Amino acid sequence: MTGKERIARRIAREFQDGFYVNLGIGLPTMIAGYVPAGIDVMFQSENGMLGVGGPPTDECADPDLINAGKQPVTELPGCSFFGSEESFAMIRGGHMDMSVLGAMQVDEKGNLANWTIPGKMVKGMGGAMDLVAGARRVIVAMEHQTKDGASRILKQCTLPLTGQSVVHDIVTELCWIRVTANGLVLTEVAEGMDAAGVQARTEARLMVSPELRVMTA
Amino acid sequence: MNKVVESADAAVADVVSGATIMLGGFGLCGIPENLIAALVRRRVTGLHTISNNMGVDGFGMGLMLEAGMIASHVGSYVGENRRLEALVLKNELDLTLIPQGTLAERIRAGGAGIPAFYVPTGLGTVVAEGKETRKIGERTYVLEQALHADVALIKAWKGDRLGNLVYRKTARNFNPVMATAADLTIAEVEELVEPGELDPDHIITPGIYVNRIVVGAAYRKPIESKFIQSGGAA
Repeated sequence: MTGKERIARRIAREFQDGFYVNLGIGLPTMIAGYVPAGIDVMFQSENGMLGVGGPPTDECADPDLINAGKQPVTELPGCSFFGSEESFAMIRGGHMDMSVLGAMQVDEKGNLANWTIPGKMVKGMGGAMDLVAGARRVIVAMEHQTKDGASRILKQCTLPLTGQSVVHDIVTELCWIRVTANGLVLTEVAEGMDAAGVQARTEARLMVSPELRVMTA
Repeated sequence: MNKVVESADAAVADVVSGATIMLGGFGLCGIPENLIAALVRRRVTGLHTISNNMGVDGFGMGLMLEAGMIASHVGSYVGENRRLEALVLKNELDLTLIPQGTLAERIRAGGAGIPAFYVPTGLGTVVAEGKETRKIGERTYVLEQALHADVALIKAWKGDRLGNLVYRKTARNFNPVMATAADLTIAEVEELVEPGELDPDHIITPGIYVNRIVVGAAYRKPIESKFIQSGGAA
């Protein structure tokens, strides 16, 4: 199992029957493939759809039916379409049970940076700022370190923020970290990893939960 | 009442240089491709565009960018357009990036007679810099201003000569809200139907918002993820 797959499988186990969930582009989108049996989750795509289904075959791809990553998707029975203003009213209005996003940096206060690198990258925040401001629970799904081995979980974000004190949980291939008013609490570690090993790969200070468990995918 | 115009060129014939223009669509999905092509043929310049994205190199608003027609742009995501990124990094195009939901709501407000409103989005980020904030209850909010345009170019699926419109699947996106927020709203549709053919219960954009309607000559509708992978050949 790859690190990304472990992250996706673990987060999928957080879903409860009846949840409405928005998955960000990239790694978070993978989570849709691991919804546990017996759990009904409605995925929202911020370009204006509830009830997003999996990818179609090439022949069945419909250019009028895409997700926020601009990839073709399919309709599930009971899906609905709406305009962008309605889509973000439901996001901003607190109707989404969960939003899962990628990140470049997260810090001890739950600040999130995932939309720009000044002077280098001009892309835009898309719907990320609205999602983190409006979803009931915000989970960051990302690889623990950068390709160069630098920590992405910092004492303080150095990149421009997407949201201030918005993250509830951070999930990486190594661990589950809960963001609390007192700081970051390590609650689960991957098999073969321990708290000291996670801390050694993390710039932010981690408190270890007394109920620290093995993170099962 | 007949709002039908015979061609996309005729529909945009009085759009002038320097105009503020909203363009519907999300990525390449639900974009007014015939009206964009007509505008490119008109070669108006110095346009101030408002659109969630900016097409890609070689299609959609990317064609307007390549023709040097755009002076400034307000949007939420422009990641798929390398030409734009280069222009912005060289300070040759004035780009304002704002959160997608705030963009949609600013447009809604512009069409609904609401000059400004408070949102939680962007608090504590560059988006809130220089803006009024206010604590209401337990939370602090950012004051955002309505957006309005001279012209809105939108794409619907079917419409009638009165300007009533319905959309198809996720090609709806920003089109209905933009239809409400411009002095002149021009809609292109895939199919023109007789008044009464659209179920009144299903009409998404009532005709009052639409000034002109034109049937698109042809639709390429590339799927963006595939268009980019294949280098624009899709």
